[in-house]
Amino acid sequence: MSNKESIVDIPTVNKIARLSRLNIPDASKQNLTNDLNNILGFVAQLDEVNTSDVEPLASVTGHKLPLRSDKVTDGNIEDLVLKNAPESSSGFFVVPKVIE
Amino acid sequence: MSDLLKFDLLSASIALKNKEFSSLELTNAYLEAIEQTSALGAYLEIVKDHSMDMAKASDKNIKNGTARPLEGLPIGVKDMFCTKYIKTTASSKILDNFCPPYESTVTQNLWDDGAVMLGKLSCDEFAMGSSNETAAKGNVVNPWQKNSKMSPGGSSGGSASAVASRSALAATGTDTGGSIRQPAAFCGITGLKPTYGRCSRWGIVAFSSSLDQAGPLTRTVSDAALMLNSMAGHDKKDSTSANLEMPDLMNYLDKGVKGKKIGIPKEYTQDGISDDIVKFYQKSINWLKVSGAEIVPVSLPHTKYALPVYYIIAPAEASSNLARYDGVRYGKRNEAASLDEMYEITRGNGFGEEVKRRIMIGTYVLSSGYYDAYYLKAQKVRRLIKEDFDNVFEEVDYILTPSTPTTAFELGKKQDPLTMYLNDIFTVPASLAGLPGISLPVGLDKSGLPIGIQLIANSFDESGLISTARVLERSAEFNFIADGAAK
Repeated sequence: MSNKESIVDIPTVNKIARLSRLNIPDASKQNLTNDLNNILGFVAQLDEVNTSDVEPLASVTGHKLPLRSDKVTDGNIEDLVLKNAPESSSGFFVVPKVIE
Repeated sequence: MSDLLKFDLLSASIALKNKEFSSLELTNAYLEAIEQTSALGAYLEIVKDHSMDMAKASDKNIKNGTARPLEGLPIGVKDMFCTKYIKTTASSKILDNFCPPYESTVTQNLWDDGAVMLGKLSCDEFAMGSSNETAAKGNVVNPWQKNSKMSPGGSSGGSASAVASRSALAATGTDTGGSIRQPAAFCGITGLKPTYGRCSRWGIVAFSSSLDQAGPLTRTVSDAALMLNSMAGHDKKDSTSANLEMPDLMNYLDKGVKGKKIGIPKEYTQDGISDDIVKFYQKSINWLKVSGAEIVPVSLPHTKYALPVYYIIAPAEASSNLARYDGVRYGKRNEAASLDEMYEITRGNGFGEEVKRRIMIGTYVLSSGYYDAYYLKAQKVRRLIKEDFDNVFEEVDYILTPSTPTTAFELGKKQDPLTMYLNDIFTVPASLAGLPGISLPVGLDKSGLPIGIQLIANSFDESGLISTARVLERSAEFNFIADGAAK
């Protein structure tokens, strides 16, 4: 992360916003860029730590993820599943048209 | 007003069983207290009829001699817990109208043990914040010095404010980097974050899944023990839930600390920590010593890297968890011509500034070309932080630290995100290592604001944490009540 290309500019903010599916108004882009640079600058102090022989830690529990048999345990609750949908029709979620 | 508000969770439970008053009377006293303290903004949703129905059912059980451990005790629920058919918003505009068709495991455990639900409590949006100011409906006020509008802390600010203002007998919270312990410290109450895996995360709105943990915010250490007894337990619906019996914590209230070793990490006494907190930290060390504990200086050398690690891992996990808010299956939608635009506008409008900032950071550190440098690096340093604790727990039984570097600050005073992040400097390390921690009030600073002290235990040693915290609690004799509390 010490490489200097990692500094965020407005085109990077546009790219990240696109990947995040977030609409960011032009007026807030400069502030957001500054905030991101400050935060990324702060976390860059991890560079000081030698981690060449360290395994990444993804879980603190140390336990093996339990498996269960691949069986249906509930269901037949279509109404409940759709109840909170902004738009639904005939048992389906409705989204804007994706094909021309 | 009501004398009933004087009872804490444990004494109220005994009084109810002795039929000194009914659950309906107690619940009504709290419903009135909620009205009286409404200016604090702790509650997002009050469910009066539901509360009264639950109280009446509890009174029947008490009458029939079938009272359960929390029978008839009215509590509040942080809005991060899904509650069946009761609005659950995580304090976000994007979930403004969301009514879950299911109940979180932790809250179900509480209702199964007889607790009465008062309503949903405000928090920082998706639990991202340390001041409760990122809540879509606006900040919550700390009941201490309510006229000068201090922050209750965050993210469980509504929970802490409600317990401290006596508008809930106790409340649930969630803690990812300090969200139970810091607000508990700011509001002069007790907050316990259990070991990661102790409480099921099923039905809790996910923020950072490798860190999120539920826990109680209460008036006393005994109350925390009583409430965590009910909240904890193995749950098949959460694959990270620990399949491990928790001993009945009520058996550990009076075990004391004789012969126990208390570690004092040198890295937790840094510049920027307030003098009054240093003073009460010293006092707390002495109290434990006088009570028979051995004080051992220790070192957790990677402490200063905990915040940078946290502000990579938590946003990374959040950016992935919050991808589900897409305007399709639930939550708010803003219409647009194409599917991608609909996502972008929905999410752009639905999320607040801090949440968007964290999604952006998370997406950046996980993006191609930066993953190894940021995310993988953070996971490696996280291991070193955990190993620091593992090493120290070879030598000592518990670690004592301040809960926060300062007491409560004024709302609106910390505008810069990084300054805000520094609030969690003493709570984040234990979170990264998955360890249980408790914050309890030990005194007031010069301006009359509560000071919290944190105890950290080894994994799954909540019982020892309770015994040790009780010793501190008895020595500190913190009997102050917030000026903004219901009368």
